[in-house]
Amino acid sequence: MRALVLACLLYPLASLAADLELGLTIKDHRFTPTELKVPAGKKVKLVVSNQDSTPEEFESHELNREKLIAGNGKATIYIGPLAPGKYPFYGEFNEKTARGVIEAE
Amino acid sequence: MFGSAIIVFRETLEAALLIGIIAAATRGLSGRNLWLAVGVGVGLAGSLVVAGLTETIANLAEGAGQELFNAAILGIAVLMLGWHNIWMATHGREMAAQAKSVGNAVKSGQREMSALAILIALAVLREGSETALFLYGLAASAGSSRVSMLGGGLLGLVAGIAAGWALYSGLARIPLRHFFTVTSVLILFLAAGMAGQMARLLIQGDIIRSLVSPLWDSSSLLPMDSFLGNLLHLFAGYEARPSGMQVLFYTLTFLVILAGMRWSRTATSNKLTV
Repeated sequence: MRALVLACLLYPLASLAADLELGLTIKDHRFTPTELKVPAGKKVKLVVSNQDSTPEEFESHELNREKLIAGNGKATIYIGPLAPGKYPFYGEFNEKTARGVIEAE
Repeated sequence: MFGSAIIVFRETLEAALLIGIIAAATRGLSGRNLWLAVGVGVGLAGSLVVAGLTETIANLAEGAGQELFNAAILGIAVLMLGWHNIWMATHGREMAAQAKSVGNAVKSGQREMSALAILIALAVLREGSETALFLYGLAASAGSSRVSMLGGGLLGLVAGIAAGWALYSGLARIPLRHFFTVTSVLILFLAAGMAGQMARLLIQGDIIRSLVSPLWDSSSLLPMDSFLGNLLHLFAGYEARPSGMQVLFYTLTFLVILAGMRWSRTATSNKLTV
């Protein structure tokens, strides 16, 4: 079992190609920009910096992602490769205000 | 107030349900309550430490620290749940048949309980650290709604624990004959679901590839934020848009534990007939 898991972990090591990097900022429990465009079919590195003193959780069912970002902290989230379309995301701790969408095209 | 109650409820629920299932599955093992209490206590203390170290953990491994940390916790949990099920495949029948534990069973029962206490500590630590961070954020933010939001958080915590307790009492009503089958099936799906989550985290941290992503999309049929979707996610690791790697982790874990249970059962029946 352990050897199997290890094999699964090692075999598909992520490609080494440089990833497209995009920034997202949280301030006053809002994301800026609220709309991000990314190329479809490519892996994208999303760097979220939280300028609020309170923590936030980046969440998106559409992207299948969930990540905690400490107050005044930064977090890296890899997304994609995505099929063309719109992928909404939100901050779980401030769902009313912290909303945005990623558009793959 | 309601918003914060729901968030804390969701975070608490996962750990509470796991504890409910484990508490039910270890019915009859001596010293169970003490071990469970130790697991919860250590987990709560640990969650405060982890919450305080969030930023440090996140920055490890070039930003993938949080994913690696949580994936490691899930990995250990999967191993322990799998081991529990394989252990139960032999001992559960003995315990059901004799309704008492003698000699070796007591000794291996204690080992089993200490391993499960670690499992519970890890589950509480994972969910607890997120709850602690959220509540800390509430406490730190100024405003008149602070008290009502903290009250909501408390309400969510109580509701989560109540759900775990309800599951435990529900399980405890199942006749002993079917009891170990029910808990084993629950734990099998739970472990497979955790393995799937582990894969998702490792993909998110860019440590492994996603293979095909998503492998299917059932979000219009059974969305993740629907009641049934949520329930299935909690108990069986349901995902509306899983990646191929997640499904692979899920399936492999499911099959390996199932094979282990079969093997363990056959090995004992052979021993009994010889």
